[in-house]
Amino acid sequence: MASPTRHETVTGPAPLLALAGVTKVYGVGEAAVRALDGVDFEVWPGDFVAITGASGSGKTTVVSILGCLEASSAGEYRIEGVSVQALSADVLAALRNAKFGFVFQNYNLLSRTSALENVALPLVYAGVGRVEREARARAALAEVGLEGREESRSNQLSGGQQQRVAIARALVNAPEVILADEPTGNLDSRTGRDIMELLSGLNRDRGITVLMVTHDPACAAWARRRVVFQDGRIRSDTRGEVAA
Amino acid sequence: MTLPATASLAFTALMRNRLRSLLTMLGVVIGVGAVLMMQATGRGATAYVGDTISAMGSNLLMVIPGSPRRQMGGGMTAPLFTVADVEAVRRRAHDLDALAAVTTRPMRLVAGANNRIVSVGGVSPEFLSIRGWGVADGRTLTREDERQAAQVCVLGKTVRDALFPGGPALGQELRVHELSCRVVGVLEAKGASAFGMDQDDVMYLPFSTFSRRVLGSERVAFMMARAPSPDRIDDLKAQLEAVMRERRRILEGDEDDFAVRDPRELQAVLDQVTGVLTTFLLGVAGISLVVGGIGIMNIMLVSVTERTREIGVRLAVGARPRDILSQFLVEAVALSAAGGLLGILLGLAGAWGLAKAISVPFVFPAAAIPVAFGVSLLVGVVFGVFPARKAARLNPLAALRFE
Ligand SMILES: Nc1ncnc2c1ncn2[C@@H]1O[C@H](COP(=O)(O)OP(=O)(O)OP(=O)(O)O)[C@@H](O)[C@H]1O
Ligand SMILES: [Mg+2]
Repeated sequence: MASPTRHETVTGPAPLLALAGVTKVYGVGEAAVRALDGVDFEVWPGDFVAITGASGSGKTTVVSILGCLEASSAGEYRIEGVSVQALSADVLAALRNAKFGFVFQNYNLLSRTSALENVALPLVYAGVGRVEREARARAALAEVGLEGREESRSNQLSGGQQQRVAIARALVNAPEVILADEPTGNLDSRTGRDIMELLSGLNRDRGITVLMVTHDPACAAWARRRVVFQDGRIRSDTRGEVAA
Repeated sequence: MTLPATASLAFTALMRNRLRSLLTMLGVVIGVGAVLMMQATGRGATAYVGDTISAMGSNLLMVIPGSPRRQMGGGMTAPLFTVADVEAVRRRAHDLDALAAVTTRPMRLVAGANNRIVSVGGVSPEFLSIRGWGVADGRTLTREDERQAAQVCVLGKTVRDALFPGGPALGQELRVHELSCRVVGVLEAKGASAFGMDQDDVMYLPFSTFSRRVLGSERVAFMMARAPSPDRIDDLKAQLEAVMRERRRILEGDEDDFAVRDPRELQAVLDQVTGVLTTFLLGVAGISLVVGGIGIMNIMLVSVTERTREIGVRLAVGARPRDILSQFLVEAVALSAAGGLLGILLGLAGAWGLAKAISVPFVFPAAAIPVAFGVSLLVGVVFGVFPARKAARLNPLAALRFE
């Protein structure tokens, strides 16, 4: 368990995201599954967290709750001190739009849509005009090394390239936090390393907080903080040196 | 998201499944097309008949043989009228402004090398003035012609053109049966009647000339009576009926074997028929629109399911529920609006074709077009709301995990 005192000295006075006794139950009665069971967890600005744990231990669930993709069943989730339970669907949408960027294992790009349009999608919902949208999407694609592939459709890109497009999409609206659920899960180790380099670069150079779920110890080694889930609880939460 | 952006999104989505979109629209296309075609054709026909009838004058009555309960053209078995009947009516109907006896017969006219079978009418001199029909050339038929059973006639424009192409008609002789007749006038052109008959394919001569010198019978096919003013028409009708019942010896309580008809009745009957037909077709169109709407709803539900992942992605990058709602609603409305536009085009084309086919003028249904379009928009909204709400209420994570 993370102790606030320890963090204050390292990162600053207030947690960016804070779960207190958060529980998530799926289903009802006999079929009820406790995906999260009283999780206390704090994320500080600038953190680079790797979440690991056995399949079904609640990693996706916790990341989804943190990203406001899912509501908790019990407990409290605060973003910068504000309780999320009280927020309207529109405010949650605005948070997903501006504060968080998501990267998924299966990329989740819109099919039959160009890389540029995929990347610009968050800006559409942010109400950014077409010209600025396109300029910012181009810049984001350039940042992930996909200059020149703006017009390619998702199905014309390799897995690694698709995941770069997804990262560009997560980046384009200048989020504070990137939530990545097994971003390298579908990629070979070399491509996975490129993605990890990209994510850790964003954390290091742009100060973006990164939370990453992974099964791969090599990927987890990139993070400064490692959290292990087991049966819907946090088994350990440790800080370590970043791997080379 | 802005409306233009949403609209272009909907357009892209619909263009991806062109055939499916087209088939989905079909119900709305047919519904809207049927309404519009009916509106245009019905309006065109009634307006035209109305024009024709009011051109004849609103204070006219026709006395025709046959039971009044039989509809038009049912006088075959009842005896025709006589010249004595006409005289009796002329003497005894007080509210009579003018009366004409008419007998018509199709006959061959011969003028030099040209000949033509024409509807030939023996008419009292009042006939043309009752019908408000003037001459374009020459003179009309007079009382003097009638008294003398003069061998003169007036021609409709079609007949004049057929018998005397390129040359003068006035003063020329033509033959009807054994009778030689001089053309004294050419009538103003009237064009086609409400029922598509060429009204200018006629020749008129004095009733006395026709009955005595051509037919050898003084029978009268029908009488045309004019009241001094439209408010006296009911009185005149009663008087005509009384005189004719007496003349034809119809006992109290027996049914007439003749009928006094007001041309405006025809309009009323026609209006009624069009009204029934319009209501019926509106019903059919309504059902078609509902079926079309359900088709749209069905396809939109399929589309929401197919695109659950897409909805999840959109929600994850910041779409609000209402953005998703409007995306799918606009798509449904775009479907039905496109169907509506297509239906309007088809309906107009159909109405135009039908008008040409039954030779009534095509009336552009200016008022019906916005209504038809509005209804198609409404269908899209009504049947699009449910699928769109279903999409908007999806849980982001569940949508992203949807297989
Ligand atoms: N919609 C749902 N309905 C029922 N149970 C669910 C649902 N979503 C998740 N669960 C259950 O919640 C538990 C936690 O799931 P979660 O996806 O968070 O695991 P995970 O740690 O991400 O696993 P993995 O490594 O396989 O991705 C699992 O037991 C899963 O079966
Ligand atoms: Mg998972």
